[in-house]
Amino acid sequence: MIGWLLDAASWLLLAFGSLFCLVGSLGVLRFPDFYTRCHAAGITDTFGAVLILAGLALQGGFSQGVTLKLALVCGFLLLSSPVASHALVKAAHAHGVLVPQPVPDRVSEYPKSETAGDHRSQER
Amino acid sequence: MWVELLLLVLVVLVAVVIARLGDLFAAAMLTGIFSLLCAGLYTIMDAVDVAFTEAAVGAGITTVLFLGALGMTSTAERQQRFRWRPLLVVVLTGGALMWGTSDMPAFGDPAAPIHHHVEPEYLEGAASDIHVANVVTAVLASYRGYDTLGEVTVVFTAAVGVMLLLGRAAGGAARHWRRGADRSLGVSEGAAEPGELRDAPMLMREKPVLRVSVRLLIPFILLFALYVQAHGDFGPGGGFQAGVIFAAGLILFGLIFDPQAVARVFPPAVAETLIAVGVLLYGGTGVATLLLGGKFLDYDEFGLASGQHYGILAVELGVGIAVAATMVRLYFAFSALHPEDVVEPQ
Amino acid sequence: MSAPAMGGHWVTWMIVLVLLIGLYTLIAHDNLIKKIMGLNIFQSAVVLLYVSMGTVTGGTPPVLLEPTAGVTEPVLYSNPVPHVLMLTAIVVGVAITALALAIVVRIQGAYGTIEEDEIGAIEMRHDEAQSRA
Repeated sequence: MIGWLLDAASWLLLAFGSLFCLVGSLGVLRFPDFYTRCHAAGITDTFGAVLILAGLALQGGFSQGVTLKLALVCGFLLLSSPVASHALVKAAHAHGVLVPQPVPDRVSEYPKSETAGDHRSQER
Repeated sequence: MWVELLLLVLVVLVAVVIARLGDLFAAAMLTGIFSLLCAGLYTIMDAVDVAFTEAAVGAGITTVLFLGALGMTSTAERQQRFRWRPLLVVVLTGGALMWGTSDMPAFGDPAAPIHHHVEPEYLEGAASDIHVANVVTAVLASYRGYDTLGEVTVVFTAAVGVMLLLGRAAGGAARHWRRGADRSLGVSEGAAEPGELRDAPMLMREKPVLRVSVRLLIPFILLFALYVQAHGDFGPGGGFQAGVIFAAGLILFGLIFDPQAVARVFPPAVAETLIAVGVLLYGGTGVATLLLGGKFLDYDEFGLASGQHYGILAVELGVGIAVAATMVRLYFAFSALHPEDVVEPQ
Repeated sequence: MSAPAMGGHWVTWMIVLVLLIGLYTLIAHDNLIKKIMGLNIFQSAVVLLYVSMGTVTGGTPPVLLEPTAGVTEPVLYSNPVPHVLMLTAIVVGVAITALALAIVVRIQGAYGTIEEDEIGAIEMRHDEAQSRA
């Protein structure tokens, strides 16, 4: 019974970890600029990897120090991955990769009479 | 099988991008990713020792060496026009290789001849004669000890070559070229100019996050290298892996702080001496077995019960020292740090 | 799995593809550092080929396991010999890469360029000037 529960919990953690990795890679592909892409990649590094490691730790059992080793890996990952993301973003900023400015909201600058008629099409 | 193929597709894609990128700085960073993918492949193919080495060497040291060389030359490749004759050569080679390999045993076939020639003796002997659990270490340091001595000598010779080309004697000249490279900044249009690369340590000084976290990590990296060195008999590890991990830790320190900071704890002159010490320790072990009346590198002379163990430990220590010192010295050479530049700590 | 049945050479052929990319980079590019990158890719392909030949389906890494109670069938280990050869080859490879890069740095110092055809042109001009003198 305990074994079955551990297995189920482990698979759940592995599935969620993979899901976060998938979402992270999707973000890297779909996000519009460098900084938001880094943000997406950061999720893969931390949340995805940590959940997968936790799932593996449950699979590994508590003998032979496997869990301890995975916990150490997890600790180093939590220390190094955010630092790597930080270094990447700082280096990009130092080399002049621009933070995209929000598109100015021209619609609200128009006089009321012009926008009142067809507000929706102006917004496009 | 499928995981291997998927990773190989990624490896091919990264290789194509490396080949096509005109910005050599980005291509050098991609070689790191290429090596990391290869390390993943080695792990899946059960070659854990090889994966260890590739992860530390390819993703760490080679990339840093490329960046150093780019800092001394130029980071932009001129537009490369397409050439059909090399393509023809490549297509013909590829056809010949595919035709030739189609006769080979299938991937992972346990009946392949390679698994039935000397391998069974090595697997049995590692347990019964050498008493070492990691068969890779047993073959590397004992069965094929001559071979490994040769490899360490090659590493030593390459280090001497680099020192002759970029080291002490060429010190002033190298600095002169660097200035020349900086002057040619106007022509090259890479993403990162050589000047910026060299100023990187300066930039890093303003990065407290990196400095603090690297200070936290480096003791563990160095400790891990010592563990890998000492644990090579029982699990994946050994002198080559430990040497490159140790050097990677020191190089990380140099990247974040300053090559000067590394040179203060590990002076280039000490590194140069240690390269020779490592090779001599390896060769000396062989001479010791000769003096004890045995054959060259026949560790049974150190005692039948655990002589092999002592011999392997001595030889692996020699390999570790030589490799670590070589890698650190190469880093010094490519970070344009010259022995006479080292400032003594106040 | 049906994959080995359909030939089982796909892993080898993908590695051959990696090797060819390295070879093309090595012989078709003029930039010397790009050539060294091609050489590195080529080397990785050779290492991959050797390691793939040592793999056994269902095998474990060649670190001998303690005999556990109740297990009677012998453990299937992957072949350690290619691992030994390739592990040293990787370290030798990085030393050779460093040597090649050092030579390129000296070429930059002597010719002011690392593009092969430009170096050839400079040499040609030098020879012509010498023959005229």
